[in-house]
Amino acid sequence: MTPPAAPSTRREAFGSRNVFILSAIGSAVGLGNIWRFPYVAYEGGGGAFLIPYLCALLTAGVPLLFFDYAIGHRYRGSAPLAFRRLHRAAEPLGWWQVLICVVISVYYAVIIAWSAMYTWFSAQLTWGKGNENDFFFVDFLQMGDVADGGVSTDFVPQVGVPLIAVWLVVIAIICLGVKRGIGAANMVLMPLLTVMFVVLVVQSLFLPGALDGLNAFFTPNWQALADPAVWASAYGHIFFSLSVAFGIMVTYSSYLKRKTDLTGSGLVVAFANSSFEILAGIGVFAALGFMAAAQGTEVAGVATSGIGLAFIAFPTIVSNAAGGSMIGVLFFGALVFAGVTSLISILEVIVAALQDKLGWSRIATTLVVSIPLAIISMALFSTTTALAVLDTADAFVNAFGIMAVAFVAVIVVAWVLHKLPTLQAHLNQRSSFKIGTIWKLLVGVLAPIVLGYLLFSELRSKITEPYGGYPEWFIWVFGWGMVIVLIVGGVLLSLLPWSTKSRAKQDPDYDEFLETEGHEPDPETGALRTIDTEAGR
Amino acid sequence: MTPTALVMMAIAMLTVWGGLIAGIVNLAKHPEEEGHEPQPPVEL
Repeated sequence: MTPPAAPSTRREAFGSRNVFILSAIGSAVGLGNIWRFPYVAYEGGGGAFLIPYLCALLTAGVPLLFFDYAIGHRYRGSAPLAFRRLHRAAEPLGWWQVLICVVISVYYAVIIAWSAMYTWFSAQLTWGKGNENDFFFVDFLQMGDVADGGVSTDFVPQVGVPLIAVWLVVIAIICLGVKRGIGAANMVLMPLLTVMFVVLVVQSLFLPGALDGLNAFFTPNWQALADPAVWASAYGHIFFSLSVAFGIMVTYSSYLKRKTDLTGSGLVVAFANSSFEILAGIGVFAALGFMAAAQGTEVAGVATSGIGLAFIAFPTIVSNAAGGSMIGVLFFGALVFAGVTSLISILEVIVAALQDKLGWSRIATTLVVSIPLAIISMALFSTTTALAVLDTADAFVNAFGIMAVAFVAVIVVAWVLHKLPTLQAHLNQRSSFKIGTIWKLLVGVLAPIVLGYLLFSELRSKITEPYGGYPEWFIWVFGWGMVIVLIVGGVLLSLLPWSTKSRAKQDPDYDEFLETEGHEPDPETGALRTIDTEAGR
Repeated sequence: MTPTALVMMAIAMLTVWGGLIAGIVNLAKHPEEEGHEPQPPVEL
């Protein structure tokens, strides 16, 4: 195979700070904001949930977002390269994050494909009134049971075809690069998503029963605040919602210009993400209020989250509401746009890592990375057992992938490598919102305690009870086995040597940055530059 | 909606959306510095 063309020596960059902010918001605002937050808040005390939620945002979400920005921007690389530059021994953390993104990308794409199909179905009310549940599981997914015949290879065309389309779109965006692909896509899709969602919320508010839904959503249950599980759920939610600790923010911030207000941008990203969640909560519960009124039941009886909310409850609302098709198109269209902007950020983590490692051009790397991922995605998720695989992989990669790598990363960076002062100085040197000892305490002490507690709780619940009632072999393969492979794979990938063409060995941009900033030369790129200079003498 | 739910809704909107507006105002006061570094490449 002919080696692909060498890339430019300069690192790609977002066109401006605003494009970066919009792209980071695009990554953070995903399916979880729309279909997870409303129910988590409702379950966690309704209006009272605001207190643990804001505490979690300010004491864990924002500090960890700054932590990721600082690593990506200071060490100017994809997750593996940034962690390698931070310390050679920390490189496996970066690869672990890349492999987490591999798992998430293959199943995330299929949810976007379902949503795209449901946008179309909404316009026609294809499912038939009263048949929403059966339509989704039987007609659309043609769902099979893994306990009966194992993982199926039966192709479901109405899922497989849009899945191919989703992959083609995101591959094209990534091929176009950071500025013309990722930046441009977010500049178009994010304003569109916001407008669509605002229209959806306004329309939902005028449905009969909407105020009952909002009443259920915002009425505070103060007793919930005494329950540690509610606080844990607020921290867990914020943590996943902001896309921290799995390489995305490290990668995106490595594409920022050198003189960028990192903490100021981070605050906008964090609050924009939460603003969208509040908006989603209002829209979703207004619609659920209507559904409860239409069925003559309480909101508590119809409140749900995740796939049940999106693909069962919402189609029911669409079937019964005046102008329901419009609500459906806006809701599922919003899921598609929110999903695509998040998926490109997940895929970019993998592409950037391989590009840094191999020293290949963007297009070659994107194709080499994305095509196999698309094939795996098709093989596992366009079949009749897609939902079971998706459900298990999602639950385990969130708990023992993202949460575990975040726990290890904050411990390693704060307590083993003692790099928090370096990161703090880097953030303060260029940012409008200065951070101090409190930030170091939040990242170095509070974050490990909270993450450790969440990890322990997850471990206990998944060990004591087989997840989702799936067969043991299935949970071992797609649950425990998968998370173990992520860790082992991360270590093995970090053992592979970096070629002299890679950015770890040859990065004049980084050398120049270190020189301008008054830092010590990088032991790898700086050493090569010295040899080159001596040879040329 | 009950008065309590209304108050909680108003507080949620004010804190979170207010935080966003404060963040945007803060950024606007600190505009991006232009022209200090070379233009990044466009790969295509």
